[in-house]
Amino acid sequence: MVDVNLDTLEVGDALPSFDFGKISRHTLALYCGGSGDHNPIHVDIDFAKSAGYDDVFVHGMLPMALLGRLLTQWTDQENIKSFGVRFSAITQVNDQVTAFATVREKIEEEGEQRLVLDIETQTQNGVKTLKGEAVIAIHQK
Amino acid sequence: MINRDYLGCKSEVREITVEQGQLKLFAKAIGETNPIYFDEAAAKRAGHKDIVAPPTFGSCLKLLAPQEKPTYEELGLDFKKLLHGEEKIEYFLPIHAGDKLTLVTEISDIYDKKGGALEFIVRVTDIRNEKEQLVQKITGIGVMRHGGGNG
Repeated sequence: MVDVNLDTLEVGDALPSFDFGKISRHTLALYCGGSGDHNPIHVDIDFAKSAGYDDVFVHGMLPMALLGRLLTQWTDQENIKSFGVRFSAITQVNDQVTAFATVREKIEEEGEQRLVLDIETQTQNGVKTLKGEAVIAIHQK
Repeated sequence: MINRDYLGCKSEVREITVEQGQLKLFAKAIGETNPIYFDEAAAKRAGHKDIVAPPTFGSCLKLLAPQEKPTYEELGLDFKKLLHGEEKIEYFLPIHAGDKLTLVTEISDIYDKKGGALEFIVRVTDIRNEKEQLVQKITGIGVMRHGGGNG
């Protein structure tokens, strides 16, 4: 786990990012089986072409899972209260994906201190593929 | 076209047991390095009752559970045109390997934009445990694109 003191963060602060590296075809095959998302458009190039795409593309939920890894690299998972994204652009196969988080707001909710984070994934070309927010409680064990 | 007759429709209760092997494969797919997500002994040493389901695994349960009614075909959803628009997960209780869970999905909205070129379907899934306690609430928005091609 990356050591971050969430208590001392201020609005606007960036948290350590998470670099997954390249999403290969092999990763897509593993994710198809691991996630239960068997939509052929992510693993079968013939199907993808028949749907009008040049190639298979990444399951949107895969970079969302990488945002999950971003969060759990500096907080226990139990502290995540909500986590949502909008899939604003398709992540292409072989894109290199990095996940980012910035503190948007510090709030008190249900009797505890919480951080509202702006979260996003970006490709090597700077394309923002997922954008959203996560709410995490600040009480590190 | 998405069949709007299903607006407000709730799925039957779908039951699923969270399988340890499924969690291990999911962890491998997302490159997880924290052993609480793939090693039972390490998870137990860290105070968990079994391997922990990562934050987005609840969304996978929607696909791993027995197929819901109405089916994609009945709804008019076509894999060649379907994209994922949004996903939001609210967390109440953790999920571990071995958990017996139920899922109920409600189609809470169907609408279109751009003169029908884009159609949206909003589905809200409640995941509950054996004590009927709410574990996660997941809101997913699917988008049907009637143009096609790379976007």
